Parts: sequence; structure tokens; C-alpha cells
Amino acid sequence: MDTELIVQAAYLAASGLFILALMWMSSPKTARRGVRCAEVGTVIAIAGTLLRHDVVGYDLVLIAMLLGAAIGVPMAYLMPMTAIPQRTAISHAFGALAVGLIGIAEYYKLASGLAPGSFPLWALMLEMLLGFLTCTASLIAFAKLQEIMPTRPIMFAGQRLVNLLVFGAALAFAGLMIFLPNSSQYLPWFVAVALLFGVLLVIPIGGADMPTVIALLNSYAGLACSAMGFALNNKLLIVVGALDGTSGFILAVIMCKAMNRSFSNVLFGGFGQVAAAASGGADDRPVRSMSAEEAAPVLELASSVVIIPGYGMAVAQAQHRVAELYEHLEESGVEVKFAIHPVAGRMPGHMNVLLAEADVPYDKLVELEDINPEMPQTDVALIIGANDTINPAARDDPNSVIAGMPIIEADKAKTVMVIKRSMSAGFAGIDNPIYYLDNTQMLFGDAKKMTEQLVKELQEL
Amino acid sequence: MIEGSSTTDLLFVFMLAAFLGFQLIKRVSPLLHSPLMSLTNAIAAVVVVGAIIITSEGDATPLAKTLGFLAVLAATINAVSGLLITDRMLKMFRRKGE
Repeated sequence: MDTELIVQAAYLAASGLFILALMWMSSPKTARRGVRCAEVGTVIAIAGTLLRHDVVGYDLVLIAMLLGAAIGVPMAYLMPMTAIPQRTAISHAFGALAVGLIGIAEYYKLASGLAPGSFPLWALMLEMLLGFLTCTASLIAFAKLQEIMPTRPIMFAGQRLVNLLVFGAALAFAGLMIFLPNSSQYLPWFVAVALLFGVLLVIPIGGADMPTVIALLNSYAGLACSAMGFALNNKLLIVVGALDGTSGFILAVIMCKAMNRSFSNVLFGGFGQVAAAASGGADDRPVRSMSAEEAAPVLELASSVVIIPGYGMAVAQAQHRVAELYEHLEESGVEVKFAIHPVAGRMPGHMNVLLAEADVPYDKLVELEDINPEMPQTDVALIIGANDTINPAARDDPNSVIAGMPIIEADKAKTVMVIKRSMSAGFAGIDNPIYYLDNTQMLFGDAKKMTEQLVKELQEL
Repeated sequence: MIEGSSTTDLLFVFMLAAFLGFQLIKRVSPLLHSPLMSLTNAIAAVVVVGAIIITSEGDATPLAKTLGFLAVLAATINAVSGLLITDRMLKMFRRKGE
């Protein structure tokens, strides 16, 4: 049989398996089967490629793959679950770097034989542009998530103009290389400008907007993969890139909707700074506070408790203590649920992964739309490290910077308990009226220590 | 070579895959959005296919070999760690009593 036919059949099979993998990701029951599918798909795609006629030197490829596996396996098993957002960002950077590097090699190989203005040249330039800008953008996102860099937005005068000029320069170099014959001398400039644009794109974005940005970078990495498929005339890459691209795009749209903001507002808004300036003087209204000793009996006597986690829980690494609290309360006959806001944490689904790691059953993790109708009948809403996602000002104050953002309506519960280190403002830099409500009790302290104390008190009751 | 589909063929494939992607991803439970992103990132590492071709062609230049080697390395790290870590995450999702 013709080997070329086998190669194409392998690519077809791999495409099908990747589609099945995403189909099975729809539910936790079938999701692991989906991963198996993706694994088999990847192996088939690689095996098929190694059969190709034009693939003759195996040594370098095998060394690189063995080395890659030797790095990848320990990375997968040693990575703590709290580092998932960082890991996702850095793997976007790796993936995009690979795409960009292949783009350069292809360009040098193919460009001289291509007619100026032809389609593969367009595809190559798009591949390199998306690859390199996603690479540096993801590195910056990684640095912010790992807190190597400040998580607050970095703004400077004339930032939009500079961004626009740099992007314009990238397009101009791309145009020169597409339409002028023998224009490879512009390639280093083009790559440098694309890399710079990636940096500029992410530095003005603050920590709490990371879920949107990571999703968007996921989408770019996918589109870069598709562009490579167009340049190499490879349908497998086009299909996978389209799936990855739409996935990232949909997640980014969901994140934007959950904050009632537009893409351009997230990308160019510099949200944290504007809001901080608007907040002005601190509020000195009185708040009610409680100790763990006083709070434990209230929780114990409640018939329903909704726990609302936020990024603060992840920072304090309190998820295991929170899970213990959940178990104790369930044992005492309290009905406990977790309310998960789509943008809680630093990437889509962040809270779910942390709580699943701490052995909280996933049927206890309830989405925003499903929990809100239940809030008025809830005895205690226990807020752990969430702030803007439960801010009633988003619903009640049309002048608030977060006006219109869907919130978990914790303030409607009979009693609201807030575990919080101090009265400082959240990411949006705005005051949260929920702290001053008559039915609110503040539990001042570190999320992990406070939950630990609550568990201890519950044991003693 | 069977390869060498026309540009419009490729655009057809892209369009259909994108529509399919929208339909499939819309159905993914928000519970699994983190593993989903991890998985899509891992499968996008099939760009290793392009990297292998660039690296191992008979007439590959030293530059192509170097770039290709780095690309195979980066993509393999992504594929291996991405798939394993997605599975690690999914293993943790249990129902009550499971």
C-alpha cells in the first residue's frame, strides 16, 4: 500500500480521536476517556508522520522527544494543583514558541519558491505573528501568576499609541515579506516586533483578569496551529487548531460575560488602576465581627450553608481546611453547597480543580445561576477569599465600576460570614457594601487559619 | 503525493472544524473548564508533526535542524505534561460517595 495513504489515514484517525476527546470532555463521567482518546490520537499522528517519505533523519527527532518526555513526565506529577494557572500559561508559551520556530524554518525553506502575495506566505506570516506574540504574552502572564512580576496593571503614558505603532510595524513587516520577493532580511525585525507586541499586550492586564487572558492566549495558540496547517497543507493541524482556537475563544467570552465587560475593556482597560483612583477615601462605617468560637455554633445550628470561595482561598492554600469544614458540617446534618463564580480565581474553573483536589464531591459545586435562587433560603453564606464576585454594588449601584457584573447574591442569605484578613479592598479596588450589612459578621484572619479554627471549634461542640 | 489540497479545501476544513468546536465546547460543564484548557493545549502540541518534518528532511539546513529540534522538544513537553496533568486533574473529580 502507498505509504502516503497510510500517513493521511493516520491524520484522519487522529483528527477523529481529538474530536471525540472534546466530546467526552462534556461531563466528568466521560472526561478521562476523552484524555485517553487524545493520547492515542497524538501517538497515531506522530507515528504517521514518522512514516512519511520526506522524513529520513530520525536521530534528532528521537533525542528531542525523549528529552521532552523526560522533562514532561516529572513536570506533570510534581506540579502542585495550586500552580495550574501558571503551568497553563507556561505551556501556552512553549506551544506558541514551537509554532513560531517552525514558522521561521518553513519560511527559509519555502519563501524563495513561493510567488509574492500567495496564500502560503500569508499563512506563514500569520503563523509566526500569532506564535511569537502568544509566546511572550504567555511568559508575561506566567510571570504575573507566579508573582515574579507585580500583578497590578503596568500602565504608562501613551500606552495605546505605542501598542498600536508596534502592532502596525509588525503588520508592515509582514506585508513587505508577503509582497516583496527576496525580502527575508526583514524576518528578524518582524520576529522582534511580534515578540515585543506580546509583552505590551499583557503588561497592562491585572491579576483578576487573568482568566480571560489565559483563555484568549489559548485561542491564539490554537489559531497559530491552524495557520501552520494552512502553510504546510496539513488538515490535521487545521482541525486541531480550529478546535483549540474556538475553545479558548468561547472560554474568553464566558469570562467576559461573567464580568459584564467587553474584550477591548479587558485588553486595554487597565481595570485595577482606574477603579483604585475612583474609590477615594476609606469607609469608616462600623462592621460586626465574630471569633471562630462564636461562629462555629451558628454554622452548626444552620440547616443550610453556602460556601463561596475566591482567589483568597487559593492564595492561602486553604482548600483542604475548607473541605474538612465541609465534612464536619455535613456530618452534623447541615446541607453544604459551594457557589462557584465563573471568574473566581486565576483561570476558568480554578476553584473547581482546587476543591476537587481536596475531595469535595463535584455535585456540591454549584454554578452562579443555579445557586442564586437558593440564597434567600440559605441560613449562612460563608465567604472565603471572595470579594468582587459577591459585591452587591454590582447589582444595586449603577455608578459602580463593576455595575452589571453578575454576582453570587450572598447578601440575601440570613447570615453572611466573611473570612477576610483586613478591611482592604478587592482587586477592583472598590469598597464592598456587603461588609456593612446588619446580617454580616466579619471573621478577621487568614483563610487557612480561620477555617482551621472553625473546624477545631466544631469538633469541640 | 496525495497532499496539496487547494486553499478553498483547507478553508472548508477550517470552517467546519470551527463550527464543530463551538458546538462541542459549549457543552463542556464549567466544572471542567480548567482541564478543558489543559487538554486543548496538549492536543495543540500535534504541531510536533510539523516540527518532525522540518527537522528530519533529507535536505534540512543546520538552522532548520536546530529550530526543528527546539520545536520538537517544546511540543513534546507540552503533549506529555499536558495530557498527564489533565488526567491527574480529572481523576480528582468525584461524586459524593464515589
